[in-house]
Amino acid sequence: MRPLDRLAMRDAFAQAAIEAAERLPNLIVLDADVSKSTKSSVFAQVFPNRFLNVGIAEQNMVSIAAGLAAAGMIPVVNTFSMLLSMRALDQIRQSVAYTRLNVKIMGHYGGYSAGPEGPTHHAIEDLGIIRSLPNMTLLVPCDATEARAAFHAAVASDGPCYLRLCRNPVPRVLEAPQPFVIGQGYQLRGGWDLTIVAMGVMVARALEAADLLSARGIDARVVAMPSLKPLDRALVERAARETGGIVTAEEHNIYGGLGSAVAEVVAETAPVPVERVAIRDCFAESGDYFELLDKYGLGVRDIEAAAERVLRRKMDARV
Amino acid sequence: MGEDAERIALLEAQAKAVRRAVVEMIAAAGSGHPGGGLSAVEIVTVLYFRVLRVDPTRPRWEERDRFVLSKGHGSAALYAALSLRGFFSPEEFRRFRQTGGLLQGHPDMRKVPGVDMSSGSLGQGLSAALGMALAARYLGRSYRTYVLLGDGECQEGQIWEAAMAAAHWKVDNLTAILDYNRVQLDGPVGDIMELEPLAAKWQAFGWEVIDCPDGHSIGGLLHALEVARTVQGRPAIIIARTVKGKGVSFMEHQAAWHGVSDPSRLPEAVREVCGG
Repeated sequence: MRPLDRLAMRDAFAQAAIEAAERLPNLIVLDADVSKSTKSSVFAQVFPNRFLNVGIAEQNMVSIAAGLAAAGMIPVVNTFSMLLSMRALDQIRQSVAYTRLNVKIMGHYGGYSAGPEGPTHHAIEDLGIIRSLPNMTLLVPCDATEARAAFHAAVASDGPCYLRLCRNPVPRVLEAPQPFVIGQGYQLRGGWDLTIVAMGVMVARALEAADLLSARGIDARVVAMPSLKPLDRALVERAARETGGIVTAEEHNIYGGLGSAVAEVVAETAPVPVERVAIRDCFAESGDYFELLDKYGLGVRDIEAAAERVLRRKMDARV
Repeated sequence: MGEDAERIALLEAQAKAVRRAVVEMIAAAGSGHPGGGLSAVEIVTVLYFRVLRVDPTRPRWEERDRFVLSKGHGSAALYAALSLRGFFSPEEFRRFRQTGGLLQGHPDMRKVPGVDMSSGSLGQGLSAALGMALAARYLGRSYRTYVLLGDGECQEGQIWEAAMAAAHWKVDNLTAILDYNRVQLDGPVGDIMELEPLAAKWQAFGWEVIDCPDGHSIGGLLHALEVARTVQGRPAIIIARTVKGKGVSFMEHQAAWHGVSDPSRLPEAVREVCGG
């Protein structure tokens, strides 16, 4: 595994929020009694008068944020992603997405990163649910550096934005900060045999899989897609045309997330074989974060195997 | 005293115009929510024509008082008050709930000048109003925020999340008004899911409760709103006892007229509110 980030994404979030609050006097952070987990408590220590703990009331938190935004503030709401995307979904839909209000939603503990808390706390449907809402921007950074950049991009843009963050330190992808552009993906590794499109913690795994493939003479392009919505359609289409096959890799259920989004674009623009590495429509179990990723089909070997299937289908199509 | 009586008479006339517009709008659309729109007529009239500090030429004025219609299905009453107050042309009434019109079935803040918050799915408006009230505190603004709740809506859990929070943060620039018409879509509130003891519930949540025994009395509403404004250190709620479908005899107290149960009778309703 690649070396882990020094900071977890949640720590990067807290730092970024403090940086943003220093220049934006109308930025306010809300949490629903999990501030020690989301690290919004770190923000609260620096800006105690710009932090609101609403207690265990996620729906109230989201609607309060809508009211704050309607009056010109930039509220940043925090709790676990499964609570935001499901328990407070109606509030996000009506009071934030429909209204296009400037609310920034931090979905913490994305994917399996609640690990030992178990399936009740895993967020494996959040992306598909939030992606289906009109007016929403949905960002999934791959490491702490990108999480910080994504936060600043979210705050700089006007309108609803959902940022999905991982609880844990994850393998570092970006050696240096780079500009984060909403709506754009980027290529991390060149290649012409197929493209692996990944987001979140799966980006590092995609790079590892590309190393394994490379050792076998397979030349895989790796594309990071931190902006799930709006999706970088041009980048996907180009990958399909230039490499003739795509593997998607995401820490999410197989329905509605990155694999779905990429397959939609590929089907509509340049149909080529697509294989999706994602959770196989099941609830997992308590366990160590990285062990869960490996056990539930999100391992480096799973990406490699999906690449092999894509290559086989490319061959079959040529015969 | 004479001046007061004159003011009240003027507001009564304005309420009459609002009520007429509500019925005409719903009759033109052939659908809508007459019951909960009509019960709120005097409340929105008093707010928009007397209490709220608003400027129809500047609907997004930062210092304006805010109003959230949490019971969004009462939209016809809000639209009628806003338009008659000058926010948009009454020409729009004809396109209420129609494709291409501004006036959605439930209020859309992005479409209708003067609407401060979109609503429809019940239970969210008190929280949103609380957010606006808190923003005034953070931003150092002097506006007040008003929110109109339905009674059936108080069966939503989020109402009580917001009630708890508003009292916890001692928010006293927020006034809630409860349109207590005692009828919800499926029947009498007491049969579907009893709310009583309602005043005691709000008191227990830390609110100042102001009883308004006749939510159609202009004077009674003005008095209650004045009392609410003076409450310090906690939020206030006015429990306004109203009549569902008020002003149209065959709609009054009838759950059947929460929505439009018989479009063929709408012309009759128009005649009743326009006559006399």
